[in-house]
Amino acid sequence: MESLAVFSKSLSSKNNSRRTISAPFNVMVGKEIADHIQSWRFIVLLILIGLTFLGAMYVSSSNLRAALLNTQDPDRLYLYLKLLTTTDGSLPPFHVFLSFLGPLLGISLGVDAINSEQNNGTLTRLMAQPVYRDNLLLSKFVSSLVVVSYLFVSLTLLMIGTGLFVMGVPIEAEEVLRIFSFVFLSIIYVGFWLGLSILLSIKFRQTATSALTAIGIWLFFTVFYQIVMNLAVKAFLPDPQYLSQLDILSYNEIVLNLMRLAPSQLYTDATTTMLMPSVRSLGPVTMEQMAGAIPSPLPYKESMMIVWPQVTGLLAATVFCFALSYYIFMRREIRC
Amino acid sequence: MDNPVIQLKGLIKCYGPLKAVDDLNLTIKRGEIFGLLGPNGAGKTTTILMMLGLTEPSSGTAMVCGHNATTNPIAVKKKVGYMPDSVGFYDSMTALENLIYIGRLNGIPEDQVKERSLEVMETVGLSASASKKTSTFSRGMKQRLGLADVLIKQPEVIILDEPTLGIDPSGVKEFLTLIRQLSRQQGLTVLLSSHHLHQVQQVCDRVGIFVEGKMLVEGDINQLSRNLFTHGAYVVSVTIKDRITIPWEHQGELQQLGEVQKISITDNVIEISCHQDITPTIVRFFVNKGLDVMGVQKKEYGLDDIYQKYFENNLTEHDTNGKSGRILQKSLFKK
Repeated sequence: MESLAVFSKSLSSKNNSRRTISAPFNVMVGKEIADHIQSWRFIVLLILIGLTFLGAMYVSSSNLRAALLNTQDPDRLYLYLKLLTTTDGSLPPFHVFLSFLGPLLGISLGVDAINSEQNNGTLTRLMAQPVYRDNLLLSKFVSSLVVVSYLFVSLTLLMIGTGLFVMGVPIEAEEVLRIFSFVFLSIIYVGFWLGLSILLSIKFRQTATSALTAIGIWLFFTVFYQIVMNLAVKAFLPDPQYLSQLDILSYNEIVLNLMRLAPSQLYTDATTTMLMPSVRSLGPVTMEQMAGAIPSPLPYKESMMIVWPQVTGLLAATVFCFALSYYIFMRREIRC
Repeated sequence: MDNPVIQLKGLIKCYGPLKAVDDLNLTIKRGEIFGLLGPNGAGKTTTILMMLGLTEPSSGTAMVCGHNATTNPIAVKKKVGYMPDSVGFYDSMTALENLIYIGRLNGIPEDQVKERSLEVMETVGLSASASKKTSTFSRGMKQRLGLADVLIKQPEVIILDEPTLGIDPSGVKEFLTLIRQLSRQQGLTVLLSSHHLHQVQQVCDRVGIFVEGKMLVEGDINQLSRNLFTHGAYVVSVTIKDRITIPWEHQGELQQLGEVQKISITDNVIEISCHQDITPTIVRFFVNKGLDVMGVQKKEYGLDDIYQKYFENNLTEHDTNGKSGRILQKSLFKK
């Protein structure tokens, strides 16, 4: 009888323990998140982004009254969107800030993902455990994205909450949708840079090399790409004085499309459209097209239609970086 | 029981034109401690990586515990504990946390993982430093933690890559004793690679000497030295007062002594390799010839010589011309 009791006890404990085994992937993600949160790098960036957010909010809230009273502006009724976008010119609005802080966040979270493990000799040890190799990559990516998502969502919720508390104006469903689309876009944008920096961390053995390369790419796209494009346009396109109106338009379209190869341009396009409902087109619009238009905000679905190519582009770039990382990492020899 | 735990068949790994591992065949039985010996760059680590599926062989198969390591590495890694030559730990975590992390990755239930980690730390004698950060650990402690790391998953096979590297002699002894003890108690199969024959000899049942990607010889140490003895077991070196001019007038006669296999002359030292111990005969020969013998020394083959001998053989094999090999040997002796 006693042995039976012992048996059943051991059986039940076995059942219990089976329930609390966590999959290796979850364990890895948990460990990575803990690492990120405890790292100084992340704390510094958190402070940086927190301060920009506060600064942008301060500027926009002090100019909110003027913006709301501006009857020329069709978006004036979207109070919370205004809170995110209004500025008096002393500070850029938050989403513009984010277009160059986001890359920094992504790069700093991902830049030493693989090579620091390799340099510490932990990669071999980790890979000698019964863990799929892609789980490591995926856990690095997912954990960073989780941290970033938490950061953005909590900032936004803080903003909405403070707004509700101070102004007492209820938020509309469309505003919620638009703000969260903005958050989603920001997360994808950071995800792109994260994917790129993880790719570089696999490619280069030295953390410093991968960090410098990532920052180089970021600088190229934020500063030099526009300059290079302007030079190229001046050099290759014919003089607009000799062109018809239609030709100028088509050339303009080409230039804009080339500009959109830069991820920051995609992000700025998409967030501007999301946060300013009156934006109807991202390219030049002819007088004929404007003729019948009423200067009013677009519904959410229409704005979404406008930025759909941008969203797809950002997603595709992220997926491409990540797929390339997979391709390189999966068949590589793990040796320290 | 009979089926081998590790079975490598025709394993080849090329890095470009370089063959790191060249047609390796190796079988290791259950419960055995096997020492993979070889100089640096012989391909030991590459072989181990192939056994764990961490690198793909160019051809051939590596079967570990009945699973193909290349196509099914997860099943292999569940049963094999591997300690790399430079073990690294997450410096921001304590030793215990490092161990718990590995335990969790191996699917040890949450309610047992801490207990098991502490148990394993006790086994390797680190329980006093469990809550210390691993960045403060010495090399020897890291090796021990590495072993704990291997043991926590309760493996069937342990693969240790250069486990004695960088530990002081007493630490090495302790470490190897621990490994032997564990292997005997729990019936673990152990494969350890090293370039220290002395250390390996203390614990291994069987060793294989591995040079430039080829397994030159395998067997227990006695067998290895017996193999060596067939080539020339006894070496007597005789030092004479005067410098000898080459060719030496008595060389032909000395060669006639029957057991003599090889004579090499450097300045005033004559080295005679022979099948049997004929030191008295040789001394008598020298005295009869009226040469002034200053000293006679009988060379005993130690383990290092076994090692040396195999590497030397390997070197001479590379020379198609036997003469150049002898010159090389001579210049080695001069040093």
